[in-house]
Amino acid sequence: MTAAPLPRRSRSLSPFELRLERRLDVPRWLPLASTIGAVIVALVIGGVIIAVVGGDPIRSYSHILEAAFGSIGVLSDTLVVATPLIFTGLACALAFRMRLWNIGAEGQLLMGAWGASAVVLLPLLPEDAPAILFLPAMIVAGMAAGAMWGFIPGILKARLGVNEIIVTLMLNYIALLWIEFWVFGAWSESGFQLTRQFPEAAWFPRLTDFVDQFKGFAGLTIHLGIVLALVAAAFVWFILKRSRWGYEIRLIGDSPSAARYAGIDIARNTVLVFMLSGALAGLAGVSEVAGVVHRLQQNFSPGYGFTAIIVAYIAKFNPIGVVVAAILFAALILAGREIQPAGVPGMIQGVILFCLIGSDVLLRYRVRFVRRVRGGPAVAGSATAEA
Amino acid sequence: MDPIIILSAGVAAGTIYLFAAIGEVFAERAGILNLGVEGMMLIGAVAGFATVVSTGNPWLGLAVAMLAGGLLSLLHAVMTIHFQADQVVSGLALTLVGVGLARVLGEGLSKAGGTSLLPTITLPGLSQVPVVGPVFFTDQSILAYVGYVLVPVAWLWIHRTRPGLDLRAIGEYPTAADAMGVNVYRLRYLYVFLGGILAGLAGATITLAIQPGWFGDLTVGGRGWIAVGLVIFARWDPIRVAIGAYLFAAITRFLLDVQGPRDFLGIPNPFFFNQNLTYLLGMLPYVLVILAVIAGSREATRKRIGAPAALGVPYIRGERGV
Repeated sequence: MTAAPLPRRSRSLSPFELRLERRLDVPRWLPLASTIGAVIVALVIGGVIIAVVGGDPIRSYSHILEAAFGSIGVLSDTLVVATPLIFTGLACALAFRMRLWNIGAEGQLLMGAWGASAVVLLPLLPEDAPAILFLPAMIVAGMAAGAMWGFIPGILKARLGVNEIIVTLMLNYIALLWIEFWVFGAWSESGFQLTRQFPEAAWFPRLTDFVDQFKGFAGLTIHLGIVLALVAAAFVWFILKRSRWGYEIRLIGDSPSAARYAGIDIARNTVLVFMLSGALAGLAGVSEVAGVVHRLQQNFSPGYGFTAIIVAYIAKFNPIGVVVAAILFAALILAGREIQPAGVPGMIQGVILFCLIGSDVLLRYRVRFVRRVRGGPAVAGSATAEA
Repeated sequence: MDPIIILSAGVAAGTIYLFAAIGEVFAERAGILNLGVEGMMLIGAVAGFATVVSTGNPWLGLAVAMLAGGLLSLLHAVMTIHFQADQVVSGLALTLVGVGLARVLGEGLSKAGGTSLLPTITLPGLSQVPVVGPVFFTDQSILAYVGYVLVPVAWLWIHRTRPGLDLRAIGEYPTAADAMGVNVYRLRYLYVFLGGILAGLAGATITLAIQPGWFGDLTVGGRGWIAVGLVIFARWDPIRVAIGAYLFAAITRFLLDVQGPRDFLGIPNPFFFNQNLTYLLGMLPYVLVILAVIAGSREATRKRIGAPAALGVPYIRGERGV
């Protein structure tokens, strides 16, 4: 095994040298431990940032807990925010697992929302159609629109080797303008930047809609979307972990050359994974317009598709982990709305991501402090500290 | 709709892309993909603007902006060079941190009124040359002239000097470069830092010269990502970067001006009568970037002189090379 000394400046006065040694095997507990450790470190850094800009970190964090999980009502709000994060997080996790960098979940979400809205507003269905027609049609239309938005970078990558990061990012901006074109134009309600409200048959049922049967449901806005999100998570888990297709995806992600030797069609999988990823993100858009805003409007997504990148990464691309991470980030988004200055929650998200990728080094390497012997090579000795 | 005005505005706004993209060329030539350009530009933009608001000295603002962009880039450098983190994810994280930090630092700056800007210059002799004079040398910001100098210098540095050879070597085959006695780690740090400085300069070009003011993250508004796209289009070559940057900015300006006139040569202008069409028109720059990246990729595959071979691959001294 070869050691990889860190680059260091000419002469260090410290008697110890920091060394990274490649791990031959990773203990089972380590990935989870390093993830949790990274989040804790990030929250500490975030606390320092809050303190520096003049806030009270302890109060801010206890406020986040209170505002996100303190009662059944706010828990319901948290799950409402978690729903689009689960969908887009799954979209990113699936694509990232194959090392396809789909940064376009936001645009695919917007297109999904547009597809679902088109069913009501174009209109594809009559105004008085029953929910049993409306909801499936909106879901299918939204998934199709999202999948189409994923198809573009997929086919460009598969056929021409075009960098998918740039393409998906540009498609985000294009989708945003596409939404604006409709909500300011043909679908605008008397000149405002929003469409008219959908008929109630086109709403996802909410718990609060059943208040007549169960008194306790009053005010709970959690809707059908969370059920669909959990089903989607189970579906992606099954594909990735239990299906032959998932095996191909994972093999391509781990070693494209091995996959090629095994006769796996990488180009075809690139297109298919991108389309499924887009369809999942599209569902997030459907869920938002049908479950939350009940119309199409400008700025209904506070960047769920971008937060999803961190959600997928924090979950180590595991669909079940995506659900957990999405709920945590929903809490951060929900409570973060009240944290001032407004940029702080976004910055904490970035810091969390940095700590996570920094912690990955612990998975691949053993960090050792080795005593430096004067005039000779450093030797691993008694002062071995495993980090 | 005067073509000279459009081209001249293209050179002014193109200078923003030019700095950011040449910085990214240096970083990527050294083997480090830095997707944090958007974040570094925002930090440069806010640092420069805040400095001018409080001191009134645009030159100091310029220096602070470059330093701020450079410092932020070091975060990415440590993560990717030291810790061998995934460069894509680290770059995205850098953008998130940069955007968040810039919004925090920019609190209240949007209310700042007029500030002193960097001077504009008209070159006495050259401005008289037809077409070239009014486009490049009349009333351009001093930073545009910095751009004219930077492009050939960057090209010569990469292709015609000994350090440039080292730069290309650590991006193509770091193991061999190391064996030749080149300090791969140190050079990669230097070029990522240089990329950060130039991204900071690009941000300051916005707030101190081309479009002064602070509008939150809309100040940069995706131009960092466009710069990353231009690098691929330009196949990592400073001269092609310059052509791409000026052209792209000129076309964007043209699309903006299209809404102005009531009719073209007697034909009624649809964009004048239906303002909603401008949203569709606004998509064109982004479509253009996608087309440019497709063109860049195709040519790169055909000529087999595309990305630096070791781009995105961490270098670990003593382990098997790439």
